[in-house]
Amino acid sequence: MAVIKLDSGYNIGVEPGSLSFLAKGEVSPAFRTEVVQNPELPELSIISTGGTIASRVDYRTGAVTSQFTAEDILHAIPGLGEIARFRAEVLATILSENMNAGIWKDLARAVYRDIRAGVEGVIVTHGTDTMAYSAAALSFMLETPVPVIFVGSQRSADRPSSDNVMNGLCSAAAATSDLGEVAVVMHASSNDDACAIHRGTRVRKMHTSRRDAFRSFGMAPLGAVQYPSLDVSLSGEAVRRRRDEPVLHDTLEEKVGLITFYPGMDPALLSAYEGYRGLVISGTGLGHTSADVITGIRGLTDAGATVVMTSQCLNGRVCDRVYDTGRDLLAAGAIEGEEMLPEVAYVKLMWVLGQTDDTEEIRRLMQTPLRGEFGRCSAHGL
Amino acid sequence: MDYEALGLKAGIEIHQQLDTREKLFCHCPTVLRDVEERNGEFFRYLRATVSEMGEIDRAAREEMMVMRPFTYYAYDTTCLVENDEEPPAPLNPEALELALTMARMMGMTPVEQVHVMRKLVIDGSNTSGFQRTALVALNGVLPAGARIESLCLEEEAAQRVEGVTFSLDRLGIPLVEITTAPDMHTPEQVQEVAAYIGMLLRSTGRVKRGLGTIRQDVNISIREGARVEIKGVQDLALIDEVVRREVTRQVNLVAIREELLACNASIDEQTHDVTGLFSDTGSAILKRAKYIGAVCLRGFAGCVGREIQPDRRLGSEMSDYAKKCGVGGLFHTDELPAYGVTQEEVDTLKSALAAGEEDCVILVADTKKKAVCAIAQVQRRAAMALEGVPEETRKMLEEGSTAYMRPLPGAARMYPETDVLPVVVSPAYVASLEVPELLTAKEERFVQEMELDPALSHQLAYSTQVGLFEAVVGAGVRPNLAARTILATLRELSRDGVVVDAIGDDDLLAVLLEVENGSVAKEAIPDIFRAIAGGMDVPAAVESVAPGISDEELTGIIRAILAERVDFVKAQGMRAVGPVMGVVMQEVRGRADGKKISDLLKKEIQAML
Repeated sequence: MAVIKLDSGYNIGVEPGSLSFLAKGEVSPAFRTEVVQNPELPELSIISTGGTIASRVDYRTGAVTSQFTAEDILHAIPGLGEIARFRAEVLATILSENMNAGIWKDLARAVYRDIRAGVEGVIVTHGTDTMAYSAAALSFMLETPVPVIFVGSQRSADRPSSDNVMNGLCSAAAATSDLGEVAVVMHASSNDDACAIHRGTRVRKMHTSRRDAFRSFGMAPLGAVQYPSLDVSLSGEAVRRRRDEPVLHDTLEEKVGLITFYPGMDPALLSAYEGYRGLVISGTGLGHTSADVITGIRGLTDAGATVVMTSQCLNGRVCDRVYDTGRDLLAAGAIEGEEMLPEVAYVKLMWVLGQTDDTEEIRRLMQTPLRGEFGRCSAHGL
Repeated sequence: MDYEALGLKAGIEIHQQLDTREKLFCHCPTVLRDVEERNGEFFRYLRATVSEMGEIDRAAREEMMVMRPFTYYAYDTTCLVENDEEPPAPLNPEALELALTMARMMGMTPVEQVHVMRKLVIDGSNTSGFQRTALVALNGVLPAGARIESLCLEEEAAQRVEGVTFSLDRLGIPLVEITTAPDMHTPEQVQEVAAYIGMLLRSTGRVKRGLGTIRQDVNISIREGARVEIKGVQDLALIDEVVRREVTRQVNLVAIREELLACNASIDEQTHDVTGLFSDTGSAILKRAKYIGAVCLRGFAGCVGREIQPDRRLGSEMSDYAKKCGVGGLFHTDELPAYGVTQEEVDTLKSALAAGEEDCVILVADTKKKAVCAIAQVQRRAAMALEGVPEETRKMLEEGSTAYMRPLPGAARMYPETDVLPVVVSPAYVASLEVPELLTAKEERFVQEMELDPALSHQLAYSTQVGLFEAVVGAGVRPNLAARTILATLRELSRDGVVVDAIGDDDLLAVLLEVENGSVAKEAIPDIFRAIAGGMDVPAAVESVAPGISDEELTGIIRAILAERVDFVKAQGMRAVGPVMGVVMQEVRGRADGKKISDLLKKEIQAML
């Protein structure tokens, strides 16, 4: 069907056969307003990976615009210009489900470069689907003295009710704050009253569409940004801003998998991971799989792979010493993934395997909290 | 008023809620709730976004002058779609079917593929900041000749509870918007067309009924005036009055323009801070104010205070514009001294602004930011007075006068709803839709075929019970009995506090059939209904109220009554039938039909004489 826009503004679809060519329409010039940056304000870096937070849809082509200059961002989110001045870069223009380790490396290097160049903080705009994976990846790949804030929007930027403006302003406030680690800043509730600051290694998208989809696991959020005051508060657990130079560890092992165990799972599926260096299994309860699958795991570990057990419960710590199944898993060479979210364990295992080949060192690193991805004690009262 | 000479052109938009099972873009029921029943609450800000053409809609821009959080009430009958926390479901097929049926009734051409659009509305009444709407059919005509331009299927907005608080129960109820061409030239024509379309929509039997379920917007202009859209006329009886008053308003604004131009009226650009002049004033509002701004409108004296519509002055129009900045209102020197402001203060004020006899000074008291914003709005509106009638969207006030709402929206407010897939409308599908009988035709048929009284026929045809009536008559009940029972008996019982909702349509039919086969007297119907409403089934209710009575038993009762009145009967002869009838009826209390009693009674009296 061909789409016609009527003078009333309505679109209707008609059979193209009933149309005849009259003339080409006029191309209207791109719409722009001047934006002036205030040199007195601290400098932030905004790196776009293709999230919709500051994008504009071109309704003539249906495409999302790929230009992403500082002016575009300041135009899309009025008010940012009062918080900071910006340098901007388009790193990728992908839907976040197409994110991969290659882009993570590029992203880590770009953030590292900008911190070295002296920005007060970095904002990474990102699609919400895999934002938590990327935040975890950056947490491990980068030791940062300044805030590295991931932000996105759950409701498209073209709607007046979009969460992009509030999330964007809160992310800028967090990026100029006293924080010194990688975090995700998104709506704390369905109200437009505050954004939560989540640790990059403790956060998960927990709703398909709500604004407050992101939740911290195993700890309270690191802090909050009130709206519209943009006051930032940080908890005692939040790592503070430092004067150190950033450190980059940008090697990742890509032969790592993440699978979910389910009742009746065919152990033959594990054979797909033959030749992999690592596999994270999201098991049941305390971190279990069926006896059949344990046999498969034994095969992988015998071949030199690292297998890490996590739990579908998401909340709580893995303990494979309570039931026979768990003990059998440990005997088969599996490592307890402690309190780590399955996705975080997956990203961490990629990173650990990128740093060392030593089996004992791999095990030690996986069971040591490196970026606050788990605690020695499981918090109560959450 | 000579409307033709004035060049009156009017068109209407009718918004009618549809009585579908589910909402237009989610699967929630289309029920309204009491705000006390809410089980959730949240608040949001809305911002005007740039349209696909790169502009911000002028109406949206004005709504944005004050940023305020809107609060929403949620219920156990609303979901995340109303909360703008979930993408919409596909367009409700039941609503589309009904819209297409209505389009057929008006001889309209359906579009080949329906595209859902987002219409920017940031007054808070839509959580998303837009209203979803789709053009379904074009170009129809009514029997009276009025042309229909378009029929759109839209989602209803949230109901304003008060101020910036909205209730989400109404949001998403499907409604049709029917727009006529600007073909009407008198207030009466506007009313007739609106009434006809309302009738046509009700003929489907599938539209919501009751206050607020149908709203008319009226578009009005006169030759020298401008197009004005008046929103939300809920009472059909007021439409002609609204048109008359708007014509009056436009005529008066044109006259004011002529006067202003004749005396070279102009608007000062400067806003004066006159806070200091009112430090000892008797006006509580001015005394309390943090800041008082003033502007002089040269040559406007007498015009600002002039009535342009009942209870509305040019000053009221300026005040409406000023209120967009969040101020409560304004004072103008045409109405002063008053409200605690003395003549002396007016004189001081006027001389401070070098204002003469022929000038009018406007005062706004509030925070400096709001007052300065409001004065700018007053200057804008005053400049429009030099042009005549501004194009506006207005809202109806109680008696039929109107107040300014916002500028007419432009095409920039509409962009595609990318989350809803277009729907193809096949000609075969449209052809398969059954066109319902018009209520006017139904009314006519009741008179012709059922020999019902015309007034009763009208009442029936337009009642929500007309379907029940036709079903009952179809099952063999006499139309008169059916009509009286449905319209009168049930209503009277309900008035007496009987829960008539407990009487099912099947129960009602069963009782009426008992009456028709002679086993129950129609006088017993109210008591039987009471029994059913009290929880009995039909046979038990009939048995308890009117146990069957045999002819022998009835004859026995009649003979016993006559035996006590032998002298009376002998003296009166057949004239005794009437008085004795009453006694017998009292005795049998609806257990036998009146006609049967009367027949037997006559026979027995004859036998006595």
